[in-house]
Amino acid sequence: MSELFIINISIAILFLPLLGFAVVILFGKRFPKLYLFEVGIITINLLLSIYVMVVKFSSYINDALVYGFTWIDFGNVPLLGPLNIELGVKIDNVTVIMFFVVNLISMLVHVFSLEYMRGDKRFNRYFAYLGIFTFSMLGIVISHNLLMIYIFWELVGLSSYLLIGFWYEKKSASDAGKKAFIVNRIGDIGFFLGILILFTSYHTLTLDSIFAQISAGNLPFDSAAWLTATGILIFLGAVGKSAQFPLHVWLPDAMEGPTPVSALIHAATMVAAGVYLVSRIFVMLTADAMLVIAVVGAFTSFMAATIALTQNDIKKVLAYSTVSQLGYMVMSLGVGAYAFALFHLVTHAFFKACLFLGSGSVIHAMHHEQDMRQMGGLRKKMPITYAAFLISTLAISGVPLTSGFLSKDGILAGSLAFGSLTGHWLIPILGFVVALMTAFYMFRLVIMTFHGEPKNQHKFDHAHESPFVMAMPLVILSVLSIFIWYTPLPHSPDAGWFLSSWVKTPHTVVPAELSYDFMISETPVVEDQYSEHAVVHSEKYTEAMHHAHYPAMFLSIFLGGLGILLAFTMYQWKKIDPDKLSNKLSWLYKFSLNKWYLDELYDATFVNPTIYLSKALAWFDNTIVDGIVNGAATVTKFFSAISGWFDTYIVDGFVNATAFFSGFVGIAFRKLQTGKVQTYIVLVVFSVLALIFIISPF
Amino acid sequence: MELYDIIFYLFAAITLLSAFIVVTSKNIVHSAFNLLFTFFGVTGIYVLLGADFIAVVQLLVYIGGILILLLFGVMLTNRITSVDIRTGTVHIIPAVIGIGILWGALTAIIAFKTNWIVKPADSMEPTTVGLGNLLLTDYVLVFELLGILLLIALIGAASIARREFEELKD
Amino acid sequence: MEVGLSHFLVVSTALFSLGIYGVVTRKNAVMVLMGIELILNAANINFIAFSRYGNFGLNGQAIALFVIVLAAAEAAIALAIVLNIYKTYNHVNVDEIEDLKE
Repeated sequence: MSELFIINISIAILFLPLLGFAVVILFGKRFPKLYLFEVGIITINLLLSIYVMVVKFSSYINDALVYGFTWIDFGNVPLLGPLNIELGVKIDNVTVIMFFVVNLISMLVHVFSLEYMRGDKRFNRYFAYLGIFTFSMLGIVISHNLLMIYIFWELVGLSSYLLIGFWYEKKSASDAGKKAFIVNRIGDIGFFLGILILFTSYHTLTLDSIFAQISAGNLPFDSAAWLTATGILIFLGAVGKSAQFPLHVWLPDAMEGPTPVSALIHAATMVAAGVYLVSRIFVMLTADAMLVIAVVGAFTSFMAATIALTQNDIKKVLAYSTVSQLGYMVMSLGVGAYAFALFHLVTHAFFKACLFLGSGSVIHAMHHEQDMRQMGGLRKKMPITYAAFLISTLAISGVPLTSGFLSKDGILAGSLAFGSLTGHWLIPILGFVVALMTAFYMFRLVIMTFHGEPKNQHKFDHAHESPFVMAMPLVILSVLSIFIWYTPLPHSPDAGWFLSSWVKTPHTVVPAELSYDFMISETPVVEDQYSEHAVVHSEKYTEAMHHAHYPAMFLSIFLGGLGILLAFTMYQWKKIDPDKLSNKLSWLYKFSLNKWYLDELYDATFVNPTIYLSKALAWFDNTIVDGIVNGAATVTKFFSAISGWFDTYIVDGFVNATAFFSGFVGIAFRKLQTGKVQTYIVLVVFSVLALIFIISPF
Repeated sequence: MELYDIIFYLFAAITLLSAFIVVTSKNIVHSAFNLLFTFFGVTGIYVLLGADFIAVVQLLVYIGGILILLLFGVMLTNRITSVDIRTGTVHIIPAVIGIGILWGALTAIIAFKTNWIVKPADSMEPTTVGLGNLLLTDYVLVFELLGILLLIALIGAASIARREFEELKD
Repeated sequence: MEVGLSHFLVVSTALFSLGIYGVVTRKNAVMVLMGIELILNAANINFIAFSRYGNFGLNGQAIALFVIVLAAAEAAIALAIVLNIYKTYNHVNVDEIEDLKE
């Protein structure tokens, strides 16, 4: 298994879903069963990615396999120097893990959709879109340069638009697709500006080359502020894609898409792309940039959790929960806990996908009812769904023995360490409050949906457990939410292979004065395969983390338990009436239920002025520009009328006058032909006279 | 003023005055009779020019033959009682103008511009013998041809006119 | 002044003009013939005048004789034709005999 072989297999993994997309799109109309081809391709992809993962972790665990080639070489451009654009792939541990996650969830969603979307009139096209989404997402994780990442980034945005607006006959669905794409684009502006700054400063877009130049002391425009700015600009792309504040507004609306799509894109993979991007540029983040990222992440997760408390649509609760958890991951990167962020990304992918597919199962059984106030008591009717859902809920709430417990615990420990090292205590405080709220609203969801008495007896009677193709993915994902896959000890993530050998925090390349001192290691990088604390931080950070580890763990278990208890009290045992509570705190309740009125704010400040401006411009175009064009046409018509008049009267007049003159002369001369001899004699007389006068002797 | 001149002016006046009446009279018969006077005047002029034979021939042929013929023509082709309207075939005015100018021009030329070589008038002798000699010596061909011509004219006129007379008889 | 050649020529010219006037102006065919006779007479006066005043001997008079003969013959034929015309059209107005004109 040479390096080249692994690289080739990885590139094959990348392009197989594209083939699936192309085949199904081009021939889907003629062969109604062609979706099976797509499903087959994804399954092959999954098997190949498992194989690559195994090979990589066994033979090349510490190497990054890189293959690059020059795409365009501009040579020596005046004023800019040597300029060329390289394309290529880089396969390191994070890449292969992402391959596995993306392909697995994609395959499970394909299988789930076989039953969920059955009978849809664009059944084949749906699978094609899933194919191109998978291709785009794999492209992001395999690229070694920012240009390719940006291209696949946009492709992911496109696939999201296509899938969210899949049922485009519904106006709300097509609007949601538009909103997703446009809001994403706003974030992408920042991303693109960051790329431009990097390209101008370093004349290359390959990440490793950029990092090498920064580490050599080469700052963009020779200014630390620009380095921070670049980091924040690229983070803006992640803000858009991973639905952080203020660009989070598209994610709840994206629930208009089919539920398997929500599971694949908006829980597990696409939204994780933002987190992945920040992790890729992690090494060039200055301290200020990291602080900004941490604050944004913390605030987002707090805000989303408060909104999720009051939502009644099951998918909206899960959507805000996703935003909140993504906030956790972003916050984790901001505080420097790189490995935990990626760990949470993986665990969240599995349990969130399970939650979404579970909700899809419920919605399917309740004949597309999504309001939790109509549900209840479903655990008797849908036991498998209930079991999977419960396990995933335990994971997200941070209950021990689950994978989610480990990752969340690590993030909270990291934030505590950050707080203790830098004095920014608000971030960990927010993190713990969010943990409380998360447990609460997730169990509120479970109780309202599966426990208690059915609120809508009619729908309840028709509900039944989902068939095998829908239940199987649920089971697999819930199984993957257990701790055993990541570490042998349920309480210590560091003991596990995930954190110790698979994912290691890279050393920052930012000059020392610009980054947090705990990010810089005094000893050279330690690459030890099974050592317990192989995270590469300075001793200070490792120390702080160690200190924070147990307090964080106990605090998170306590808060999680408190949240679950509160949920049961209000909804299961009905000791506190949620309606009375919401009436007493009505303005808080309304603020939360209406998503902090952010959509209304955006409508008033951005959307409506833009529409107004475009209407004004359209008026300008129709009235003035078209008026000028019409005016020109009128002037032309006027001139042509004059010309026509000229032609008719003057030119034709000449012709007619000539003809008339001819006729006139003819008529005049015709009078000579009288037929009378006497006339002719007179003419002779006149002619003789003429002759006399010509030969005149006078 | 010699007698010669007076006689000349007299005959010239007769001729021209009669000719004027011939062409301007509304009545055909008046025209025909004035033609007689015209011919008579012309005869006088011939005599004044010493052409005695021609003068007599003029009287005999023109007045005795052609004029009678014209009178017959007038009477045979007109209802005498009708009035001949003189408005001509063409307007008078171009005719007057044209012919007037012509006459004026010719007269002017004759009066002022030409130098006729005029032989002083010698005495007048009888011309008959001379003409007879000429006819049969220098102009004998013409003489014979004229005879034939007269024969043809006679036959022709007779044949043309005869048909008409025969039909009249029917 | 003494009567010379020019006087006779003036007379002849005047007669000639009157003859053309008669030919051109008159409607009746016979009147036209009269006009023709006037013209011929004018020509004759011319010939005889020159015969007397020029160096022509009696040639002028011989020609005048021939002209008279021709005039007679022509008058006979012309009148025969006029009689035929009268037979066909019942009038002899020359301006109304235009069947050959379109």
